[in-house]
Amino acid sequence: MEEFSNLLHGFAIALTWQNLMFMFVGILLGVLIGVLPGLGGANGVAILLPLTFSMPPTSAIIMLSCIYWGALFGGAITSILFNIPGEPWSVATTFDGYPMAQQGRAGEALTAAFTSSFVGALFAVIVITFLAPLVARFALRFGPAEFFAVQLLTFCSFVGLARSAPAKTIAAMMLGFALASVGLDTVTGTLRMTFGSTELLRGFDFLIAVIGLFGIGEILLTMEEGLAFKGVRARINPKVVLHTWAQLPKYWMTALRGTLIGCWMGITPGGATPASFMSYGVAKRLSRDGHKFGTGQIEGVIAPETAAHAAGTSALLPMLTLGIPGSPTAAVLLGGLLIWGLQPGPLLFVEQKDFVWGLIASMYLANIVGLAIVLTTVPWWAAILRVPFSIIAPIIVVICSVGAFTVHNALFDVALMLVFGVVGYLFKKLDYPLAPMVLALVLGDLAESSFRQAMLLSQGSMTIFWANGLVGGIVALALLMLVWPLLSGFLAKFRRGGDAHLANERPIE
Amino acid sequence: MFIKLITTLGAAALIALSSAPAYAWEPTKSVEFVVPAGTGGGADQMARLIQGMIIKHDLMKQPMVVVNKSGGAGAEGFLDVKGAKGNPHKIIITLSNLFTTPLATGVPFNWTDLTPVAMLALDEFVLWVNADSPYKSAKDYLDAVKAGDDNQFKMAGTGSKQEDHIITVALGKAAGKKLTYVPFKGGGDVAVQLVGGHVNSTVNNPIEAVAHWRAGKLRPLCVFDDKPLPYKTRVTDTMAWSDIPTCRQSGIDVDYLMLRGIFMAPGVTPEQVNYYVDLFRRVRALPEWQEFMEKGAFNPTFLVGNEYSDWARKAEGTHKSLMQEAGFIAK
Repeated sequence: MEEFSNLLHGFAIALTWQNLMFMFVGILLGVLIGVLPGLGGANGVAILLPLTFSMPPTSAIIMLSCIYWGALFGGAITSILFNIPGEPWSVATTFDGYPMAQQGRAGEALTAAFTSSFVGALFAVIVITFLAPLVARFALRFGPAEFFAVQLLTFCSFVGLARSAPAKTIAAMMLGFALASVGLDTVTGTLRMTFGSTELLRGFDFLIAVIGLFGIGEILLTMEEGLAFKGVRARINPKVVLHTWAQLPKYWMTALRGTLIGCWMGITPGGATPASFMSYGVAKRLSRDGHKFGTGQIEGVIAPETAAHAAGTSALLPMLTLGIPGSPTAAVLLGGLLIWGLQPGPLLFVEQKDFVWGLIASMYLANIVGLAIVLTTVPWWAAILRVPFSIIAPIIVVICSVGAFTVHNALFDVALMLVFGVVGYLFKKLDYPLAPMVLALVLGDLAESSFRQAMLLSQGSMTIFWANGLVGGIVALALLMLVWPLLSGFLAKFRRGGDAHLANERPIE
Repeated sequence: MFIKLITTLGAAALIALSSAPAYAWEPTKSVEFVVPAGTGGGADQMARLIQGMIIKHDLMKQPMVVVNKSGGAGAEGFLDVKGAKGNPHKIIITLSNLFTTPLATGVPFNWTDLTPVAMLALDEFVLWVNADSPYKSAKDYLDAVKAGDDNQFKMAGTGSKQEDHIITVALGKAAGKKLTYVPFKGGGDVAVQLVGGHVNSTVNNPIEAVAHWRAGKLRPLCVFDDKPLPYKTRVTDTMAWSDIPTCRQSGIDVDYLMLRGIFMAPGVTPEQVNYYVDLFRRVRALPEWQEFMEKGAFNPTFLVGNEYSDWARKAEGTHKSLMQEAGFIAK
């Protein structure tokens, strides 16, 4: 077990006072960055990157990667408390996390989110430690057709879940696709639907849409319903962490699935955001309480959080071994490696043992430190809900506006966010689902490019999507996921011989 | 208000008096360093490296802030600087999109709308194939393309109607056969697609592919420059950058270099331009810069003033004719 001795060597490097301090500072900054919507991990790391220039590379990457872990943890906080995803990968956490907070179970939801993040990350680090070379070789098999298959799988595992009428789901999704296509088309290099406007050149950023749709939309709804958060009655119980922990082992299967999906999506690299959606979708399909998802199920928090954190962590692997970033933050860290004079790629593990194993050891430590930090703050976060709405709502609007501004440093985006807020409000009033639109917005662009790249490679022949076992397998799985609701409906009918079960399935709303 | 103004002025005067190297002009507030590309790309890396070096060696009294404005293939960043007439606290680092973006998208700007400061370096392009492929030289590959069908050989590259695409079309012209061009978002993805065998070749910049070359996964065939690269230190066990022949030697009549240069807003004074010229001269003299140039096998040409403008004018002409031939110009 050469990996073991390497890892121990890594711990010896990571466990200096100096590095532990950087770790601590990084996590705290990261949680803060995660809490503020808009100021994502990628931005945070990019801002601090030049400051690390005079540090030893190992300390520098430890601090910067800790910001990343902190942001992964922190993103869940505002999603649960205010329905505002602090980071793109915590959108799916709002689906059940926010209803839990409204029921006065914010502490429980936060504890579940943090703990599952930790579990997901830990599993992913173990994968990185022991399977790095194997996994890197696997990632090489992914061409455009395989990427498209993965994106299709994400869609299919999520699409059948909508609670609203199918026509409304399709309408919401199409709107998302339309918005995603605004801006520069990477495949032809021409502008689409910008109508000569400079502001539209950027296209519609997923983050700005999400801050508006969820955050501002929610505030508008709350204002209409009487200027108070429903979670006000939340008891502040310091023991909430332990109580929640006692419940969690029951959901080991959901956590395991989330972790596996996350690792797979991080390595391929699909990214943390699609991973969280896919995991939520799969959990809802396969859980015994699936029909209750969206009403404040703890499983609905565990699934996306384990996947997001596992994906976020394993995304560093293709970055280190191949030089391809699995997430925007990994892309910035990659730039950092070059600035520090290190060459990411297959030889990094051979030539820079101290650096690589120091980093991997720091992942173990940082996640433990991170979990300890965020868990101690759970009661305080939950207490925020006790602040009167008239005080907290203006603060949220300001934070949302600052967040929307920081994404691209553009004032137009703040206006755009407000428009999205109104759209979010109308969607809820008219019973259109937000999730399909958000998913289409985040994946539409990627799926379109991959599809067209694949078509270029195959000269327009669709056979490329079943040309080998890997891509064919994923596509088949995707199609299976798509028809699953029909299939399970038929099966239930066959078994029970009646419509009773189907009737029970309906009133998720 | 008035008193506050006086004290600020007084403080500014004191600082100006106490610091030694006297400039005719110096930034009075933080300087925005615009990158017309996303985070993590080549231009972004260079901008953040420069920012880091300026902090480490204390080259500026005011902070420098890197801002990414990548919308519309960088048009967002260029329009931002173009619109900041007379603002000396905004500089922009360019890549070839300075020329390609307005031509390909029709967005209204031209390099002459900006004030040239300095050329920092030129980025080279190398023709790469997978190390498992049978092509040992550029001539082998060219012959194979010639012998094959149109669109049989596949080239991956960064972006569409940009530098990689332009070189691909020119290469196809040299071979007399069309190559299929598949655009990806970043240079790292492109290199991995080639390592994974999903395409036949790439024209990655040295820094994007060097790691895979050293690991024995990729093979460089030729460099799109009129002379071989100057770096003689061994990169792999057997080869240095300088051992890669030029594409011209192999019968591919294509040269292409990408500008890594600095521009400012229109309407700034010569004193303001000189401040930045001097700043970048000092950045270039630092050992970190030399090291970065060698790692990425850059062409370290430094040009300012009229020489720089002349170079840009010529490069614009080259791009125009290349893109015209390829049919990339927006109508």
